[in-house]
Amino acid sequence: MEIQEKVGERALVLAFSGEMDHHGARDTLRRIELAIDAAMPRTLTLDFSGVTFMDSSGIALILRSQQRMRFLDGTILLCNVPRQARRVLEAAGITRLITLQD
Amino acid sequence: MKKTVVNEATMAFLSRSSNESFARSAAACFAAQMDPTLNELEDIKTAVSEAVTNAIIYAYPNSIGTVYLKMRIYQGNLLEVTVRDRGAGIADVERARQPMFTTGGEERSGMGFTIMESFMERVTVRSAPGRGTTVVMRKCLSARPKAGAGI
Repeated sequence: MEIQEKVGERALVLAFSGEMDHHGARDTLRRIELAIDAAMPRTLTLDFSGVTFMDSSGIALILRSQQRMRFLDGTILLCNVPRQARRVLEAAGITRLITLQD
Repeated sequence: MKKTVVNEATMAFLSRSSNESFARSAAACFAAQMDPTLNELEDIKTAVSEAVTNAIIYAYPNSIGTVYLKMRIYQGNLLEVTVRDRGAGIADVERARQPMFTTGGEERSGMGFTIMESFMERVTVRSAPGRGTTVVMRKCLSARPKAGAGI
C-alpha cells in the first residue's frame, strides 16, 4: 500500500494506492497515525482514488483514523472511493458514519 | 435434487498474509469462466478475501498452517467457495458472526462475516475448537448465456 501525504493549513490529505487488505494493514495504520500526529490537522481527507481493492481491513483503518481525529476535535472525510470499496463500506454501514465526497 | 458439479478446483496454501491477494485472485480467475458481471467478480473476490483472512489470522494465530480453498461450479451458474483450515476453531460461531465482534487487534473491524453475508447469497460456518473451521459460501450468478458457452 502506497501512501502519499499532502499537508496544508491544518489539513492533511492521505492518498492511498494499491490493495487495502490485512496484509500490510498494521503497517498502513502506523503510517496513518504518524502522519496525523505530525500534522495535527483539523481535517483529515483519505483519498481512495488509487485503491484497487479493499476488504474489511480498510474499514478498521478508517474507523481508527476517525477515532484519532476525534481526539484532535477534527473531522475526517473520504474522497474518490471506487465502486468496490464503496460497496464494502455500504455493506458495513460505514457510509452512515463517515462523509464520502466525490 | 442434487446439483451436478460442472467444474471444480482445489488449492492449498500456507497461512501467510501475502497469500490473501493470491487466494482472492485465484477465486476470481476460476469464476471468470461463468461469465460474471464485474460486480459479481468483485463480490467473490471480497468474500474470499474475508474468509481467507480469518483463517490466516484466527486459525493459526502463532504458527503457519495450511488453508484450503475449494471452488465448485454447479449447473445453473451456481458458484460454491469453501475455505477450510485445521486451526484453532471458533467456540461460538453465532457470536463470531455478529457485526463489530472481533478478537483481533486494532487493525481488525469485526465486519468480515457481515461482508461475506452481504456479498454472497448463503454463508454457512462449521467449526469446532481445536479442529478447525469450514466456511462455505454460495452465490448464484446472473445467467448471461453466450453462444458456445458450456455452462
